[in-house]
Amino acid sequence: MNEAVLKNARNRSTGSQSQKEISRIVQKKRMNREDSIVKSILFLCAMVSVLTTIGIVAVLLVETLSFFKDVSLFSFLTDTKWTPLFKPEHFGILSLLSGSVLITLGASLVALPLGLMTAIYLSEYADDRVRRVIKPILEVLAGISTIVYGYFALTFVTPLFRMIFPDMGVFNALSASIVVGIMILPMVASLSEDAMVSVPKSLRNGAYALGATRLEVARKVVVPAAFSGIISSFVLAISRAIGETMIVTIAAGATPKLTMNPLESVQTMTAYIVQVSLGDIQHGSIEYKTIFAVGMTLFVLTFLINLIAQWLKRRFKEEY
Amino acid sequence: MDQGKWRIRKTMDHFAKITFLSATLFGIAFLGVLLYQIVVDGVGWISWDFFTNFSSRFPSKAGVAAALIGSIWIVLLTGPIAFFLGVGTALYLEEYTKKSWFTRFIQVNIHNLAGVPSIVYGILGLAVFVQGLMLGQAVLAGVFTMSLLVLPIIVVSSQEAIRSVPQQMRNASYALGASKWQTISRVVIPTALPNILTGVILALSRAIGETAPLIVVGALTFVAFVPASPMDPFTVLPIQIFNWTSRPQDDFRAIAAAGIMVLLVVLLTMNLLAVYLRNKYQKRY
Repeated sequence: MNEAVLKNARNRSTGSQSQKEISRIVQKKRMNREDSIVKSILFLCAMVSVLTTIGIVAVLLVETLSFFKDVSLFSFLTDTKWTPLFKPEHFGILSLLSGSVLITLGASLVALPLGLMTAIYLSEYADDRVRRVIKPILEVLAGISTIVYGYFALTFVTPLFRMIFPDMGVFNALSASIVVGIMILPMVASLSEDAMVSVPKSLRNGAYALGATRLEVARKVVVPAAFSGIISSFVLAISRAIGETMIVTIAAGATPKLTMNPLESVQTMTAYIVQVSLGDIQHGSIEYKTIFAVGMTLFVLTFLINLIAQWLKRRFKEEY
Repeated sequence: MDQGKWRIRKTMDHFAKITFLSATLFGIAFLGVLLYQIVVDGVGWISWDFFTNFSSRFPSKAGVAAALIGSIWIVLLTGPIAFFLGVGTALYLEEYTKKSWFTRFIQVNIHNLAGVPSIVYGILGLAVFVQGLMLGQAVLAGVFTMSLLVLPIIVVSSQEAIRSVPQQMRNASYALGASKWQTISRVVIPTALPNILTGVILALSRAIGETAPLIVVGALTFVAFVPASPMDPFTVLPIQIFNWTSRPQDDFRAIAAAGIMVLLVVLLTMNLLAVYLRNKYQKRY
């Protein structure tokens, strides 16, 4: 009797043990299957960004090629007039390109020196308390929608400059480019400051020990050491300025012109795309295709600039 | 002699400090003048009617109702889509694959996408969503375009959030016999969530302020109704502001300023929410 119970109990225990084993294996299998399903879902998520790039390139390429069936590449690159919306039609990208270049040049003149000086001040001169106040303010400046800057350029900056230049039109490259410059200023300042902060303290202390002033430390130690970061912040800001749309649409006007006079009204590539989009465009018409040709030019330009930024960053990288 | 040189260098340094400080203050002063100017222009037009009226030919009757609801539609639909895709991509890159040429390729691709001008996303949306998927100039076309636009920002910030979860916490979970997905869904995601959400909110505040891509996608500039479904035409706050700004009458400029005040309050609220989340739930390991 006793033995029978014992045997039974032993049997049951080994039985439940193997059952446990089985359920463990089943669970393990289930977990593995779950893992591989999740992995493929996450893979699909990651592919969305790849598909986006392919989509952008494909869409731009297809319509641009179809655009070049109607307009020769030669006249696109050499014609000095851009008048696709009325006759006689001209498709010279140079007039739009010069508008973008003019705005970007003006914006760089404002943003690069001011941004660099702000970065030097924050990383070399300001104490922690000041930095804790100023950095969030710059973040707010960076977070403001560009439409707000556009409004401000048109209703405040332009009237201000018209007091100095009475002949200047309501729409002009000057105030647009200055305001674009202020829009990209926080980007230059914060990326450059990041680069400067990561320069090791010991380098600075070495210079201070030799009796250098803060300015000398900034100029001869910190800026050269952070050069790769500073330069790439410049280039990224420039690419941002070229792609900026609403400020130039509102404040710079809508007259494509091959000019470098900042007091005149110009049109950038981005502003042209907005102008056409606001109208009623027929799918497949030549106006419709111009959007893609201009968009392609813009995309290639900013892409090249971003590549340059990455190259510069690697090329001048200093390791400590 | 040496004393004199030292004095010159000291003066130079002092002068430089003042120059750098004024450069810094310039940006801040600009922000101050901008905010002041907008409040002065717009505050007189803010009233209850301004929130309930649609846009109008008459400045006194114009309001932001359609634009505000349109912006809310865009954010509410863009949020979940971009969150899912962005966090999914980040998890794939950080947790599910070994570093290889393929992950590096995706990473470089995401960095390049972040540098693509927003208006180019609008062109993509126009060709793929409006025409390709035949969505027309509907809320949904705008939502898909915006989701792709903010995706790189969300991926990068989520990656940082996931990377900041210490390895020991994962190891502890594995040691208890948890699978990879159990570890990720019950340890990694909850720990990284506050930082992920901060990034998502900041990305969405970018989406609220974006104007150009939605103009290209075909959001309307004059809408006198509230979109009832994702397939309806729509407008958003920044486009409404743009429309008012580009009219020549001074009254419409003032309404634009009032619209900007509404937009800035929305943006500021979202930014504060992001900062609050970061400070409240952020743990250091």
